[in-house]
Amino acid sequence: MKNRVKRQLAPYLLVLPGGIWLLIFFAVPMITMLSLSLQEGDIVNGYRFTGHWQTYVDALSAYESQIVRSLIYGAIATIILIALAFPVAYWIAFHGGKRKSTYLFLLLLPFFVSFVLRTISWGQILADEGPVISPLRSIGLVGDSFHILGTPFAVIGGLVYNFLPFMVLPIYVALERIDPRVVEAARDLYANPATTFRKVIFPLAVPGVFAGVLMTFVPASSDYVNSAVLGSAGTTMIGQVIQAQYLVNSDYPTASALSFVLMAVLLIGVFLYARMLGTEDVMKVAAR
Amino acid sequence: MSAPNSSDPSLLRGLTQRRIGRRDALKFSGLAASAAALAACGVQGKGASAPASAAPDAIAQFWNGKVKNNKMRFAGWPLYMDPKQPELKQFTQKTGITVKYDEVIQEMGPWFAKVQPQLSAGQSINYDLMVITNSFQFTQFRDSGFLAPLDLSKLPNYAKNAGAAYKKEAFDPGNQYSIPWASGMTGIAYDESKTGRKITKLADLWDPAFKGHIGMFSDIQELANFGLLAVGADPAKATPEDWAKAAAKLKEQKGLVRKYYDQSYVDALGRGDIWITQAWSGDIFQKNLSDNKNFQFVIPEEGGTIWTDNMTIPVTAENPVDALMLMDFFYEVPIAASLANYINYVCPVPGAQAQMRSDAAKLTGDDKETQLAVANSKLVFPTAAEYGKLHYYVAFESQSEQQKFQKTFEPIVLG
Repeated sequence: MKNRVKRQLAPYLLVLPGGIWLLIFFAVPMITMLSLSLQEGDIVNGYRFTGHWQTYVDALSAYESQIVRSLIYGAIATIILIALAFPVAYWIAFHGGKRKSTYLFLLLLPFFVSFVLRTISWGQILADEGPVISPLRSIGLVGDSFHILGTPFAVIGGLVYNFLPFMVLPIYVALERIDPRVVEAARDLYANPATTFRKVIFPLAVPGVFAGVLMTFVPASSDYVNSAVLGSAGTTMIGQVIQAQYLVNSDYPTASALSFVLMAVLLIGVFLYARMLGTEDVMKVAAR
Repeated sequence: MSAPNSSDPSLLRGLTQRRIGRRDALKFSGLAASAAALAACGVQGKGASAPASAAPDAIAQFWNGKVKNNKMRFAGWPLYMDPKQPELKQFTQKTGITVKYDEVIQEMGPWFAKVQPQLSAGQSINYDLMVITNSFQFTQFRDSGFLAPLDLSKLPNYAKNAGAAYKKEAFDPGNQYSIPWASGMTGIAYDESKTGRKITKLADLWDPAFKGHIGMFSDIQELANFGLLAVGADPAKATPEDWAKAAAKLKEQKGLVRKYYDQSYVDALGRGDIWITQAWSGDIFQKNLSDNKNFQFVIPEEGGTIWTDNMTIPVTAENPVDALMLMDFFYEVPIAASLANYINYVCPVPGAQAQMRSDAAKLTGDDKETQLAVANSKLVFPTAAEYGKLHYYVAFESQSEQQKFQKTFEPIVLG
């Protein structure tokens, strides 16, 4: 009898530490923020809960373009990332040989430096009189007023650069565990390399791509460093707006409301994406 | 305006370094800070909003029963005091009060967000003295009742030695809550080899010839000040109609502006991204020196602005008497001279100039040159003509007025 109770309790006890952690560091702040977003007032006289949903309406109408822009930048960066990361992951997984871990380490090496610093150094590299644009200008390839910094190219480029490993690694993991015999079997069945890739390798790598998209699209869309450092007023992303509302304006309700909107948009996006791709299958393959 | 000796390293050191430290370094710690502070939830204000002026009995009430404890803690900014702290050592020697000095403030917004919860709960923030800029947050500190009313009768050196301009600043008329630590100027910096001509006025920041190479500040007050000056309004006296006009004027400029910068404008100027920009006086000289450039700094004809960092006592301070004594100590002429000689910002004690000159006379060689250069610099001791061109910041009557101001100008910066 006693044993049975113990056995029934065990899973709950096991989940307890993580559960408490989540409760304290995720649920509590979430609820706080939700409450904050529905309060009215100002920082001097205090904010009071009034269930003021209008903040959401106001914040959305004031910063809709920054939200849309963030999602577009995030999406473009993610697509470029897939295009860049897949070949890299493929090469390391299938042609890396004994040096696989060296290559992975090299890929991660720049990430031992703070990403803010690396982003700032891109600012130096892409400067109007920097090592990239100066030579192009002096040979007449670009005009005098040509510049990269302050444009969406710079910001999206920064996002792609900063999130590359988060796309490469999951895809690599998925490709790495493909049984070589499956590929051999495809060849035996007279599939050419392109068909093998399309019908065998890629479908098996989809869980990696799925995870990669989650790990890049979500943070890239809410990122504010790349736009702040490499962009201009015209590239302002929603993360910058939230930061300014909170730290400059002390407008906590607007900051919280925008955070919630962003979270909701991303969650819905990810949910739809998972449904489209069929998470069940993806997870099954991933768990194999 | 030009530096009297723009190749002198120590003159430039203080003129520049503070802003780099505070604006740049912690820019990106913002998100973590905001997450933590949001988690603190239940944002209580002070409710009973303190009036902009402290009644005499408020002063008596606060100071009644407060005694000297022979110790205090001082919250300052990076590079805003000689790291050897010679002035504080003298203070300890003279008064027996030991001072723990921490460079904990890097930006006003985050600092306010950090101490606001404790102050509104009436708890000590562990500091008895803090240096805060005359920004939005100054008003927030004051109106929340977070600043102790100063007993000016205990500040004899201040009364005697502070420059007249520092006794009537719009953000704290009559110095009821603050006295200045140091000031600085905002003007225009430019690269003459790129602009091809001398820059003298604000209108040059609207010149289409410089399209894509104009820099402005992302700090809303700094940006708005220049917009206001450009439409002929005095920032400190501007009305909401003036704000709207200034915002419209700044929106016209938006297509020409490369970016609204924080401290990083110095690098952008150095890299040639921008040719003409809003600038803090000292940065430019530092840049000229360190990178062997020849950028110019001017106070535009229409006027520039002057900001002031101020010593204040948090209302929950445990050792306010000690803090008040230290505040006054920094207005002793030799101490003010010693501080200005290191930080090289605008010194609120005009008498320090003569002191520095006579101190310099006792020195020899490079040290003498250096100290004389600082003493004679119009950037450290502006003349009446310079002060005449410098305007004070917008001073806000209330939170709603401040929010309106922010909402007026924010769309310019947050594209």
